[in-house]
Amino acid sequence: MTPFSYARVTDNAEAIRLARVTPGARYLGGGTNLIDLMRETIEQPAALVDVTALSRTIEARADGSMLIGAAARNTAVAADRAVRERFPVLSRAILAGASAQIRNMATTAGNLMQRTRCYYFYDDAARCNKRDPGAGCDAIDGFNRIHAILGASPACIATHPSDMCVALAALDARVHAEGPNGARTLRLVDFHRLPGGRPDLETELAPGELITAIEIPPLPFAGNSMYRKVRDRASYAFALVSVAAALDVGPDGTIRDVRIALGGVAHKPWRAFAAEAALRGLPATEASFRAAAEAELKDAAGLRHNAFKIELAKRVITATLAGISGDARA
Amino acid sequence: MEWTINGQAVSASLDPRVSLLDLLRDHLGLTGTKKGCNQGACGACTVLVDGERINSCLALAVQYDGRAITTVEGLGSTDALHPLQQAFIEHDGFQCGYCTPGQLCSAIGMAGEIERGVPSAVTADLAAAAIVLNDDELRERMSGNLCRCGAYNGIVEAVRATLAPGKAA
Repeated sequence: MTPFSYARVTDNAEAIRLARVTPGARYLGGGTNLIDLMRETIEQPAALVDVTALSRTIEARADGSMLIGAAARNTAVAADRAVRERFPVLSRAILAGASAQIRNMATTAGNLMQRTRCYYFYDDAARCNKRDPGAGCDAIDGFNRIHAILGASPACIATHPSDMCVALAALDARVHAEGPNGARTLRLVDFHRLPGGRPDLETELAPGELITAIEIPPLPFAGNSMYRKVRDRASYAFALVSVAAALDVGPDGTIRDVRIALGGVAHKPWRAFAAEAALRGLPATEASFRAAAEAELKDAAGLRHNAFKIELAKRVITATLAGISGDARA
Repeated sequence: MEWTINGQAVSASLDPRVSLLDLLRDHLGLTGTKKGCNQGACGACTVLVDGERINSCLALAVQYDGRAITTVEGLGSTDALHPLQQAFIEHDGFQCGYCTPGQLCSAIGMAGEIERGVPSAVTADLAAAAIVLNDDELRERMSGNLCRCGAYNGIVEAVRATLAPGKAA
């Protein structure tokens, strides 16, 4: 690790002020990703502003929404009774990720800020446009089994590693941020960027801007939601493909509303807007689900080792929705 | 900086780069906690902070200033093993023993999570009030601790015999 200074803060304004006046400062959450990247010298912040003492409140509001403090630990969010009841897909997604030890450390905001697990990003002997803009990408012609099939660019085929963010994308969560220029709210689906020509820019956060909370708007039918994750081993592995979904089926068996997001397939949590649009008003049948999955993956592009993910994603979408609709009718 | 480590107050002045794991092993001589991968993938460095299990390799010591840390040295002694340590011997819960300190601390942290009703990826009913610690739950909850000797069956038996409900440590 390169040397850095360290400061722990207890309020948002102090965190933002310190980050503004300290050159090369980064916010530090649980450290489960940043400390590892610093040890590999991929990240070399000159200063760490520890924000784990900021709000970890998990507030269940009367209107059905929830507000989760940026420093709330992953375990606390997954175990929260209101989250389990209102947004089970969020509990399920968090519990599908990492290990219990890491979930005890990891914060809500830090989960959003995770960087990719692309091997070439971690390997400083490899070319990587995300680590070293303009260097090239060794993943495109390399071992790209874990890489993106949607929204990738000639510069970068990395995927976003989070499970939690896939559920948050499906739930249309809002990211509350504060910075030197004030406070604002972004939709989670707009928070992470596609790689384009600048894969080193991963989120819409401005320099020094701090995530303060995640808000989940009311979604009554999210009580009927599910997270399904396909990976190379049964536990403690990143997703090859994952699906977060919630479904609202009317008494006549017609889909009134639906939310779908995919993980493991793109540079950001991938909200399946095309599949959602295709499904509204259709009967909740496996044929409808499969057709919607086909629509979502229409522009998917496979490389040498990851083309299997296209059919896998279609099947996981179909199976997940079929699973929920079965529950809905039961 | 000051920590309570296995019940003892400890203070040190450290470079902020020092991990909690290196504080324990290199600065305090508490070498029971092991360094496996040093990147949060193996669980050998698992310790308890205020009763909760974490990977000490991914923790900066400075970040845990003021906290209470428990390592394998704090669980039992050679003369008076913790019941879980005795169970690991009786059930062949290890061969080389390198992952064992992390397995022990992890299992004790897990027992606290079960008591608090924290669900896991295999908990069938998220709404249930209590967790039933069957072997699927146990294996999923211990999946952050790798054992390259493959002593998993013995580990499961030892943990089940010691920490399953009604057998609190």
